[in-house]
Amino acid sequence: MIETTSVSPDSGKHKRKRGEQISDTVLRRALIWPALIYMIIVTQVPLLFTLRFSLERWNMNRPDRRGFTGLDNYLDVITDASFWTIIGNTAVLTGAVVLITFVLGLMFALLLNRNFLGRGIVRTMLITPFLIMPTVSAIVWKNVLLDPSFGFLTKLVESVGFPTPDFLGDFPMVSVIVIVVWQWMPFMMLILLAGLQSLSHEQIEASQIDGANPLHILRYIILPHLQRYIEIAVLMETLFILSIFGVIFITTSGGPGIQTTNLSYAIYDEAFSSRDIGDASTMGIYAIIVANIVVTFFVQVLRRGSEEGVTT
Amino acid sequence: MRLSKWQGMTLTAITWLLTLIIFFPIVWTLLTSLKTEREAFNFPPSFIPIPSFQSSDAEVTEEIEEEEGYSIFFNATLANYERAFFDADFAKPLVNTLIITVVSTFIALILGIPAAYGLAYKPDKRSNFTLLWLISTRMLPPAGVIVPLFLLARDLSLLDTTTGMIIIYTGMNVPLVIWMMRSFLLDVPYDILEAGRIDGVSLVQEFRYLVLPLVAPGLFATALLCMIFSWNEFFFAFNITKSQAEPLTVYISSFKTGRGQFIALMSAASTLAVLPVVIAGWIAQRQLVTGLTMGAVK
Repeated sequence: MIETTSVSPDSGKHKRKRGEQISDTVLRRALIWPALIYMIIVTQVPLLFTLRFSLERWNMNRPDRRGFTGLDNYLDVITDASFWTIIGNTAVLTGAVVLITFVLGLMFALLLNRNFLGRGIVRTMLITPFLIMPTVSAIVWKNVLLDPSFGFLTKLVESVGFPTPDFLGDFPMVSVIVIVVWQWMPFMMLILLAGLQSLSHEQIEASQIDGANPLHILRYIILPHLQRYIEIAVLMETLFILSIFGVIFITTSGGPGIQTTNLSYAIYDEAFSSRDIGDASTMGIYAIIVANIVVTFFVQVLRRGSEEGVTT
Repeated sequence: MRLSKWQGMTLTAITWLLTLIIFFPIVWTLLTSLKTEREAFNFPPSFIPIPSFQSSDAEVTEEIEEEEGYSIFFNATLANYERAFFDADFAKPLVNTLIITVVSTFIALILGIPAAYGLAYKPDKRSNFTLLWLISTRMLPPAGVIVPLFLLARDLSLLDTTTGMIIIYTGMNVPLVIWMMRSFLLDVPYDILEAGRIDGVSLVQEFRYLVLPLVAPGLFATALLCMIFSWNEFFFAFNITKSQAEPLTVYISSFKTGRGQFIALMSAASTLAVLPVVIAGWIAQRQLVTGLTMGAVK
């Protein structure tokens, strides 16, 4: 069930009762402040610092040359050709992972939305990749499955008669996408499955009697019903995949060259290898802008749900 | 959808087959963790472990085992687990992870539950904005704030300390607690609270005796989810900690090179590192969706 009252402040359900003490209301409204103050300090203070550093020329290797440069960093970063490669990599990685996990997630959600032997076990097995520490998944894929000399998949491909593949060396982006898809498919599946379970079987059976084929049912009944679930899952996953770091760091270190460097990895590299605080902060601001565009869509989805008051 | 018996059985078979393929890397890691380093590199591999009772004699076993041709069976050994746990510096990162995870979850609950209470039962015209702002902080790309966090941690002597990590992870968990707990609190029938208020119960009593028993399962799920996220987080941990406060995620990443050649040892360490959270996730799987979507989907 979708939470429909999620962003409406007073759903009418909890109207204040006449004669209730004002002080009690004040106290209850004050309950939010400790958390709010904490969150403001922990998130907004660093954000303001990022903004400030982005306007400075500041390389930690040359602290003497530190100084205010206005918007120079912003221009420097976007006129650098490698920045656009990085943006392209981020888009390819995020787009491919979201698309593939959506298709696979929908497929598994449909397969699991029926009663069959061992359904609970299958569901438990399928969510497990999502629970495993991403660094562990990355290291296992890199050393145990894809290693160019000893990896299981390498030897499997070899034993069928193909030349020995070096997955991470020759197909770095594809390999990273495969690993991330493996980790994130359960996320899509779980949300879409929750959506499917709120769809009445009668509706599908009625349309079957009317002669609709499975594809029609998918296209005209299931997908429209899932729309809000799809929007939530896709937007949230997009936000998480945009800032993926661990898998790239462990499997390819952004390479070969910068072939698998995404924005998060580039910021890390700029800050801690090049030690260029100014440029790293500027790229951070660009990352925040991109994320906020996606967040805006996400907020609209949540709003629309509460305005329409849908009770799907 | 109506299916014939055969169609149903075929679908079930396909589902199981695909599931086993997805699950294979996990099975494979488990099997590798039970082998000796030498066996781990064999191809075609052995798939079926035979329990054996030698544990710390792994080296000796390796000596004895000469090329005997392929067998689907292998002698399972727990030596890698023993080595991973006692010899390979596993204990310290494990303790760090436990401290960081438990304390940050606890503080996030202390801060988040009252806030969720206020937002659920006494919303005002700013509540809407507050809730959405909280989501946006949770969705903030970590890379966007890592530079100042690193410098602030350095200047406040919080670099490479569990305290520094706890502060950051609490910030990560508070929005999750607020959104999840708010959605669970909204499910509490308001009549109960009203009746309590007419009887003059205090806020604390109201929470303790009227609300808590009803939201306990939700609270449990919320705590588990906070722990899962903190346990698995890598980016902040990697940039803020070094040898002293490194949690398991950072420790495991050191297998990236060098030690990565010991794949049986690595598999055992990996299994130990993920086990608590995988079990927690299995327990909380009903509430996983609510948590992952911050209460937007139930």
